[in-house]
Amino acid sequence: MVDHLYYTLQLADNALVIGHRLGEWCGHGPVLEQDIAITNMALDHIGQARSLYQHAAKLFNELPQDEKANQFQSVALSLKISNGDALEEDDLPYLRDVWDYRNVLLTEQPNGHWGNTIARSFFYDIFQQLYYTELQKSSDEQLAAIAEKSLKEVAYHVRWSSEWVIRLGDGTAESKKKIQTAINDIWSYTGELFNVSEAEQAMIDKGIAVDTASIKDKWLQRVNEILNEATLTLPEDNWMHEGGKNTQHSEHLGYILAELQYVQRAYPNMEW
Amino acid sequence: MSKITQEDVYGWLDDVSDPEVPVLTVLDMGIIRNVQLSEDNGEVTATITITPTYSGCPAMDVIGMNIRMALLSRGISHVVIEQQLSPAWTTDWMSADGKKKLKEYGIAPPQHAAANSKTGLFSKEVVPCPRCESEDTQLVSQFGPTSCKALYKCNSCKEPFEYFKCH
Repeated sequence: MVDHLYYTLQLADNALVIGHRLGEWCGHGPVLEQDIAITNMALDHIGQARSLYQHAAKLFNELPQDEKANQFQSVALSLKISNGDALEEDDLPYLRDVWDYRNVLLTEQPNGHWGNTIARSFFYDIFQQLYYTELQKSSDEQLAAIAEKSLKEVAYHVRWSSEWVIRLGDGTAESKKKIQTAINDIWSYTGELFNVSEAEQAMIDKGIAVDTASIKDKWLQRVNEILNEATLTLPEDNWMHEGGKNTQHSEHLGYILAELQYVQRAYPNMEW
Repeated sequence: MSKITQEDVYGWLDDVSDPEVPVLTVLDMGIIRNVQLSEDNGEVTATITITPTYSGCPAMDVIGMNIRMALLSRGISHVVIEQQLSPAWTTDWMSADGKKKLKEYGIAPPQHAAANSKTGLFSKEVVPCPRCESEDTQLVSQFGPTSCKALYKCNSCKEPFEYFKCH
C-alpha cells in the first residue's frame, strides 16, 4: 500500500514540477502567443497533478493507522499526521520538503533559454504520451482514468514541442546551434525516465504501474524521427543522471519549493 | 410543494452557465454526466456528477459552486457534486444548440468529431470565420485564453477570432 502511495506521488510530483517550471515563463515568453501557449501547458500539468494528489491523499488516508506515522520526513507534514488529521490534496505539494519529493531530475532542470525549455519538454512530452497510453490499462481505475483524461492534453504538448524542435533545428544557423546544444545538455537527464524505483517495481508487478522498459524503444524511435526532420542528432555519450525517483534531488528543487510553498508555510491554511 | 423530478433539475441546470464562455450552459457543454435524486424525511438530496473539460480548467470549481447555489435556491436540501474523469470529456458531447450559440457569440464552434482531428505536425484545420464565413483563415496558436480554445485570424475580414478546439 505504501508503494502505491509513493508511486502515485512520483507521477504527481513530475506533473507539478514540470508545470511549475513552464509556469515560470508566464510574462517572459518570446511573443505573446507563445507565452499563452506555454502557460496553457503549465495549467494542464498542474491540473493533472491535482488529480494525482487527490488520489495520493486518498491512498494515504486509507493506510492502516500504524503505517501512517513514518511515511514522510518533512516536519510540517508529520506534524499534521501526528495530530490525526486526514490529508487533503494541497498538503502533499505544500508540506513536503525536497527529501520527500519523487519527481525525475529532468523536470526540475532550469528553463534556461527558449531552446533549453523546448528540449526538456520535447523529451518529456513524448515520454508522457507513451506512458499515459499504457497507464490507461492500469488495474488502479483512478490512475487509468487520470491517464485517459491527461492523454488528450498531452497530445497538444507533443505536437507543440516537436514542431518547435523542427522549427529551431531546421531554422537558422544560430537556432540550430542553440537547440543542438540544448539537446546535448539535457540528454543526460532522460535516462531516469526509464529507471524503475522500488515502489514502481512493486506496482509494475501488480499491474498498477507501466513497465517503462516496454516503451523505451518507441520513445527513442519517435525522438529520432523528429530529430532527423529537424536535422539534429542525439549525443553519443549515454551516461545518465539519476536520483529524483528516490528522493535525491539537484539543488534546483529546493528553490522551486521555496517559491511554491512560501505562502502556505508563512500563513498555514490560508485560502483566497 | 410538489415532488421534484429529474426534469426539474435538468431545467434548472440549463440556467447555470460556463463562467468562461457565458453563452453556454453546463448542459450545452456536455459536462453533466448524471443527476440522481433521493429523499429522506422530506429532505431532497441531489447528486450531480460532472466531468471536467480539461484537467486544469479553473472554471470547474466555479461551475460546481454555481450548480450548488442554483439547486439550493430551488429548495433542494443537499447538493453533492461528484467528479468523474472517465470517459474523458469530448466536444462531441456539446449540444447542437450550444454550437450555434457559440458561433453567434463570435467563437468558431468545434468543426467535426474529435476522432477526426488532424494531429500531424504542422497540420491545419479549415475553420470558417464565425463573422464573415470565409474559409481563408489562419491558425495563430493552438493555445488561447482558455484551455479549450485556439487562436485564429481571418484573412478576408482581418478579424482575429477564437476556435473551440475539437477535443
